[in-house]
Amino acid sequence: MITLQQMLWLSGALFAIAVAGIFINRKNIILLLMCIELLLLSANFNFVAFSRYLGNIDGQVFVFFVLTVAAAEAAIGLAILVVLFRERRSINVADISSLKG
Amino acid sequence: MSLNPNLLLWIALLPLVASVIAGLFGRFIGRQPAALVTILGVGASCVLSLVVFKQVVFDHAPVFNDAVYTWLVSDGIRMSIGFLVDPLTVMMMVVVTFVSLCVHVYTIGYMADDPGYQRFFSYISLFTFAMLMLVMSNNFLQLFFGWEGVGLVSYLLIGFWYTRPTAIFANMKAFLVNRVGDFGFLLGIAAIVYFTGSLQYSDAFAAVDRIAAEHITIFGGHAWSALTVICICLFIGAMGKSAQVPLHVWLPDSMEGPTPISALIHAATMVTAGIFMVARMSPLFEGSDTALSFVLVIGATTALFMGFLGIIQNDIKRVVAYSTLSQLGYMTVALGVSAYSAGVFHLMTHAFFKALLFLAAGSVIIAMHHNQDIRYMGGLRKYMPVTWITSLIGSLALIGTPFFSGFYSKDSIILAAEHSHIWGAGYAQFAVLAGVFVTAFYSFRMYFLVFHGKERFRDKPFPAEQDHAADDSHGHDEHGHEAHKGDHGDHGHAHEPHESPAVVWVPLVLLAIPSILIGGIAVASMLGGSYFDGSIFVNLEKHPAMEHVAEHAAHPGTMGWHAFLTLPFWLALAGVVVAWFLYLKRPELPAAIAARLKPLLWVLERKYGFDWFNENVIARASRGLGALLWNVGDKAIIDGAAVNGSALTVGWLAGIVRRVQTGFLYSYAFWMVIGLALLLGWFLVGRH
Amino acid sequence: MLVNILFYAFALVLLASAIGVIGSKNPVHSALCLVLTFFTAAAIWLLAQAEFLAIVLVLVYVGAVMVLFLFVVMMLDIDIEKIRSGFTRHFWLGIAVAIVLFLEIVGVVVARGLGANVDMKSGMAPVGAADSNATELGTALYTKYVYPFELAAVLLLVAIIAAIVLTMRQRKGLKVQDIGAQVATRREDRLRILQMPAEKKE
Repeated sequence: MITLQQMLWLSGALFAIAVAGIFINRKNIILLLMCIELLLLSANFNFVAFSRYLGNIDGQVFVFFVLTVAAAEAAIGLAILVVLFRERRSINVADISSLKG
Repeated sequence: MSLNPNLLLWIALLPLVASVIAGLFGRFIGRQPAALVTILGVGASCVLSLVVFKQVVFDHAPVFNDAVYTWLVSDGIRMSIGFLVDPLTVMMMVVVTFVSLCVHVYTIGYMADDPGYQRFFSYISLFTFAMLMLVMSNNFLQLFFGWEGVGLVSYLLIGFWYTRPTAIFANMKAFLVNRVGDFGFLLGIAAIVYFTGSLQYSDAFAAVDRIAAEHITIFGGHAWSALTVICICLFIGAMGKSAQVPLHVWLPDSMEGPTPISALIHAATMVTAGIFMVARMSPLFEGSDTALSFVLVIGATTALFMGFLGIIQNDIKRVVAYSTLSQLGYMTVALGVSAYSAGVFHLMTHAFFKALLFLAAGSVIIAMHHNQDIRYMGGLRKYMPVTWITSLIGSLALIGTPFFSGFYSKDSIILAAEHSHIWGAGYAQFAVLAGVFVTAFYSFRMYFLVFHGKERFRDKPFPAEQDHAADDSHGHDEHGHEAHKGDHGDHGHAHEPHESPAVVWVPLVLLAIPSILIGGIAVASMLGGSYFDGSIFVNLEKHPAMEHVAEHAAHPGTMGWHAFLTLPFWLALAGVVVAWFLYLKRPELPAAIAARLKPLLWVLERKYGFDWFNENVIARASRGLGALLWNVGDKAIIDGAAVNGSALTVGWLAGIVRRVQTGFLYSYAFWMVIGLALLLGWFLVGRH
Repeated sequence: MLVNILFYAFALVLLASAIGVIGSKNPVHSALCLVLTFFTAAAIWLLAQAEFLAIVLVLVYVGAVMVLFLFVVMMLDIDIEKIRSGFTRHFWLGIAVAIVLFLEIVGVVVARGLGANVDMKSGMAPVGAADSNATELGTALYTKYVYPFELAAVLLLVAIIAAIVLTMRQRKGLKVQDIGAQVATRREDRLRILQMPAEKKE
């Protein structure tokens, strides 16, 4: 029998790894996107854990929606990436600084 | 049988509709149709008012007190348009619409050559609408709307001949002085809303005991009774609108407007709005003796001292204007001694005879080719019989000749002042008694100078050798006259004066009838009977004056005969005789007397210095204060420090903060995560 | 007991593959590690008796999203060396922040029990033999959450359109037929009527 605590430890660890990934791979947009997927996965872990712990299906419905949004986000994110690469021949984050006026 | 709210709505709205038609489309429909449509609107309103009057007074329809339209509800305060129709209201409705109708008809003749014909009709219809809204209201908001509405029309009409600098000066003055009063009025309404949370009269009246127990601390920590503060604030509003000392200064100057307006707005109806309002608020005022004493002293001062000024005026309209001020003072005295019904009754009779006097003055002015100086009239009796008779009736009513309308109302007020015991009643009693003599004197001075004696209208106006002592004091007036002459070209005074056309004299006759009769007819029920029960509340145990009045008023015949034995009658007679002696018998005497009493005359000519004080002290101080606030407060502090200063600070700060914005995505993510870690740390460590 | 052993085994694989995602030098390896992460996550969800989501995770993520990732990674010509530069510069900072965050999460969620009386040691809610996770989820999704569900569908549609609009490109110089332009053509665009004066005989 899996306990709530085990699941939460696991999701916490996954979250920490993902955050570390964002710091370490700060120049590679593809890896940033992957780290975001990991972050979402760790959040989903919490949803599933609490949903099962409480015997309430709503949490799992939410996971469903998170998956939907994550899929949409990945699709658009990658599309932007492709356009960006076409424009600049690079996916280095350091090259993308037009926000700085 | 209850009243029909649609009927009431039509009474108020018909003049508005007529006004809009005449005002916005007057240019397309032409002069006569514009006059016709407004007269029809006001006439229909008048007839409907009479119907309502019959229903309320004779059929005893229950009091109508209901909202017809809810404008908005905010924080539990309902703002609605509603009507409160009881005997007091219907009386006002009938007076307002009737006088207004007469003035409409009269205007056809008076304004016949004026280019602003349609505009004028539009204004007076609009005025009728606003005044009806004011008197029919059942809540403070609508009262205030009507209040400001009549104020606006008054402003527009005083400045009707807007090319004259004096008219513009006068309407600005009226506007500003009324603002002072309205400020008090608004504070009073706000205080009522603050204490009751409602704008309805009925809620305010129901809460009067609760308000009386409250205290407000203003001015140096002294706790005032909330009710007194409210009443005085409301009365300050009434002082502005009803021209009581010291807010009276605008009314004499308002004579710059056309004469029909002086009759309708500045004598018969609008200026009595303050009196009406105080009578309507009688349940509030009854709760505060302090406020009543305040009202009383102000009223008595106005009644007497404004009368004095009437004596030295030479402009026919100004004489009547000062007489109006004095009569308004009488009404206020009645309010102050809790004889509200007497005040309102005088309001009604005064509306008729003062409108009559003004319109008669207007008729004389037409005959004199818009020369208003009574020193250049005289002997007009022969040429203008109708005007002469009606003027005589108006003057007799004004001075309180027994059996005339004015007698019943004025004597009731004097009687009430006699029997009142509140603080200031002695002074008020003296003032109203002395006022009787003064009123009689100036009224008949004007009457004799205009209609009797030598025919002076062939003299050239303003000859240099004419040295009346009062001559040089009226630079302001003369300026007005000159502008007037310019307007009407050089008629000269070659041809004889003649009676005015029918549209002018018919209203005079129409008004003369109630001037004679209405007092005797109505006094028994209005003052002696129970007409105002339910509309006006008097605490008879505390303020018993009205009881004595009611005893006398119950028998109008006896009251009239009895008057020949009382002081007021003899005072009035003395006034008439003195006027006759000085201006008909020995016309050279006034100049001699004037020479003797130079200091007194000096004071009167300067109207006690109110204008001087307002212009040189209040206006100058206000402008000084304004300049100070502009230079220091606005330019230096707000513009300099607050606006430009904050912009500079922001710019400086932004110059520093800007460096944080690297534009790199990862640095934003980095700071986000650091923030998250810090927040979680605070959650973990900081909160236990 | 068996469940626990399996859980720990999968958890270990999950964390290891997650570290692989962030640590590998080649983006392709990262993507493959991510696939493994999702697989093991699905397995853990199965253990937690959230079967439907576990299947969806595999189908959607492993089957669709990760394939998309791989496509993009392989399609783009990425200069790995350049991107890897400065890897160690933020390495220790990243690890430190991660550890702090992990400790904080554990502190807040597990040690304090979220501040409420959540019994961390007890297991999941019991599931009866006849209960179907798919049925339950479906019922909730199509009754209580039907509007959010439809919104999610619209969101996906928007994502599809957006992705296509972003990536589609019109190459210059291609001979393509524009049917709209053809239909909208008027006579004046194509035909010119000239009035020529008749020649005079000399």
